[in-house]
Amino acid sequence: MTPIIEFKDYTFKYRSQVEPTLRDINLNIYPGEKVLIVGPSGSGKSTIAHCMNGLVPFSFAGDSTGTLRIKGEDPAKLGIFGMSKLVGTVLQDTNGQFIGLTVAEDIAFALENDKVPQKEMFQKVDEVANVVEVDSLLSHAPWELSGGQKQRVSMAGVMVDDVEIFLFDEPLANLDPATGKRAIDLIDKISGTRKATIVIIEHRLEDALYRDVDRIVVVGEGRIVADVKPDALLAGNVLIDQGIREPLYITALKHAGCTVKEQSRPQHIESMELEPYKEQVRKWFKGAAFEKKTLNTESALCVNHLDFSYVEGRPVLKDIHFDIRKKEMVSIVGKNGAGKSTLAGLICGFLKPTSGAIYLNGEDISDQSIKERGEKIGLVMQSPSQMISKPLIFEEVALGLSVRGVPEEEIKERVYETLKICGLYPFRNWPVSALSYGQKKRVTIASILVMNPDVIILDEPTAGQDYRHYTEIMEFLKSINEKFGITIVMITHDMHLMLEYTDRAIVIADGQLLADDTPANVLTNEVIADKAYLKKTSLYDLAVRCGIPEPSQFVERFIHHERGQREGGGRNGKNSDL
Amino acid sequence: MARILTYEEKDTWIHRLSGVTKLVFFLLWTLTSMLTYDTRVLLVMVVFSFVIYSMSRTKWRQVGSVLKFIAVFLVINLIAIFFFAPYEGVNIYGSRTELLHLFGNYTITKEQLFYEFNVMIKYFTIVPAVFMFVVTTNPSEFAASLNRIGVSYNIGYAIAIALRYIPDVQDDFTQIKHAQEARGIEMSSKASFMSRVRNMASIIFPLIFTSMDRIDVVSNAMELRGFGKHKKRTWYAGRKFTAADYITLAVTVLITVTALVITFYDGSRFYNPFL
Repeated sequence: MTPIIEFKDYTFKYRSQVEPTLRDINLNIYPGEKVLIVGPSGSGKSTIAHCMNGLVPFSFAGDSTGTLRIKGEDPAKLGIFGMSKLVGTVLQDTNGQFIGLTVAEDIAFALENDKVPQKEMFQKVDEVANVVEVDSLLSHAPWELSGGQKQRVSMAGVMVDDVEIFLFDEPLANLDPATGKRAIDLIDKISGTRKATIVIIEHRLEDALYRDVDRIVVVGEGRIVADVKPDALLAGNVLIDQGIREPLYITALKHAGCTVKEQSRPQHIESMELEPYKEQVRKWFKGAAFEKKTLNTESALCVNHLDFSYVEGRPVLKDIHFDIRKKEMVSIVGKNGAGKSTLAGLICGFLKPTSGAIYLNGEDISDQSIKERGEKIGLVMQSPSQMISKPLIFEEVALGLSVRGVPEEEIKERVYETLKICGLYPFRNWPVSALSYGQKKRVTIASILVMNPDVIILDEPTAGQDYRHYTEIMEFLKSINEKFGITIVMITHDMHLMLEYTDRAIVIADGQLLADDTPANVLTNEVIADKAYLKKTSLYDLAVRCGIPEPSQFVERFIHHERGQREGGGRNGKNSDL
Repeated sequence: MARILTYEEKDTWIHRLSGVTKLVFFLLWTLTSMLTYDTRVLLVMVVFSFVIYSMSRTKWRQVGSVLKFIAVFLVINLIAIFFFAPYEGVNIYGSRTELLHLFGNYTITKEQLFYEFNVMIKYFTIVPAVFMFVVTTNPSEFAASLNRIGVSYNIGYAIAIALRYIPDVQDDFTQIKHAQEARGIEMSSKASFMSRVRNMASIIFPLIFTSMDRIDVVSNAMELRGFGKHKKRTWYAGRKFTAADYITLAVTVLITVTALVITFYDGSRFYNPFL
């Protein structure tokens, strides 16, 4: 069989860069295959995707050597429009790529550009809308849709073109776990019914493996490091070496001292052959150290029976009640649109509650303005570009102090001190634009930290970050939590984050408080996980299948073990500094 | 979030008209209303405006806040005319019927009141037409019909896509504003006007950067789906000209010509009841 995608000794260098981003790529993908491409940020995996859909070289210019053939054709000759007939791309940003004013128009976009007569268009749009189950939403505007629905519209938008290759660029990045699961399911369905070739670029391996893939290609530093079957990959050590997170059950098996074998079919925890490992896992569970954290009793942030609605009679939040203790690290979780951000808005004073009150250090802050609250409660937005407004790092971090009229000398002193804590001191006179994403994130945290807040609220602190950056950001937050006793509240739908870094999870679903418990308990409780669009952790399945009666205990022990390891010098030195 | 002055789908004959028909009506109607000061013509137009406005079933919440703004503006406008040109009416109508002496050089005259009444009803002829055009025209369909009468589809699509992303940019704006306020940048009336202008920069720059990111994604997404491939394209939301369109256009032209003939028949734009 001839490959439908064929890279031969392919090297590519962006015009703006000195070093090639891809080196000697040799990769064959055959018709009907489903291939997952994984790799850390900056590994070149997105560039491979751009080569496949024609954005390289048409939108991103550069020089290449070697050959690339898509269905026997040279993309450089076919042009970006010719490529769009062969390869359908679904981008990561589900909102940004929604072009039409309604669902139907967005799906029809490619047809319109192809001068397809209107009647035919109506028919085709209805047909694909049915496949991805958005047929009841055809006249909806983008802001009426959830992230998952938008993504399905994007899929429909490339399906109308009868493309033979589907390319998914980080399809899970902006979705909550349950919606992500559904997306992977739908991709599987497309691959089954359309006999199309599927290429998925993703770094969240465990989630992407929810359904079978034929092969996994691992990219590292511009080269292909591995190109093997999933079972073989999970049995090896390539993932850890490349800084990609393994599925949690694999990590747990390794902690227990097991050597995962390819023959055990480790691709899915549900169907994995666990017989050879059970005994060892049970033994490890019994022996693993476990320590109950003593909770501080002093309240830092108390939300007292809070109700909120934009329109009377249609509550967004109902009777939300919780108490966050000093020095805690807490996650607020729940599906997209459950009211998490509204809650942050209420705490910071952007919105006024319909009833109920918020206490900071035991003091009612209902009457305080946004600015007054801002001195004690810092809010870090998801994307650094939403916050950074000054060209120089020093100015950016000093902003909050200078608008409060703090004397120049004191500003300098406090900013320098904060920059030292954040590891940004050497860059103090640099322009912000010269920093990497992770460093910019630190700048935004520094600009909050400089005001000495009691509580920091972070909105999706690790969204779209690979394992290495995720660990960097989280370890940094943990260190300021430990060193300065700052209470940290994170709004997230990253289950790894809540499990590994927080002691407590506040679960909100449909505007109500669903649970306030340890992450281990939340993520091993099927009812809660379902309602909050979370996903049961695979550690739960591992524990159950190994015959361990207390799965949440197992998860606790696993986390404890992980933390201990991380503190003991990090994992394979991957926690390198920025 | 309530979205003011945006298209809302409803099933009325006005909604079913082509965007171009409504544009032509809107332009000719506004032009006529600006040219004429003939009170008889204006009154007929006002009645007509309100009739079609109610036929379009536009709801108060769609236009209410903008209407209030316009009402305030109208009042300011009327007062300002009186103070800057208290005898404009006297000059126009060539007579002077004093009603009440205020102070100094300011006397209220019948002629001035009548003149300002004309200005006011001009507002009433135009405002419903503007509202109606905006809230009953589907932007995509409008882009399609512009394209059909020969305007490049790039221009039509630019309008449609701007409308698509305005709500997104609004959301970005609120989010950024909140985050900056929490850092202590005062945007409420507590701060002086100058410092508010300066503080605005701390919202505008992040807004520009997030919007630039957005533009990158959108332009790539459009290209990947073949936008600009051919000189022509078809439109999902396009609509053929129907009999109703032709009738509306004919009636519009007829009204315009009649109104202008009546207005300029006696050689002056003004109707003079004081003769």
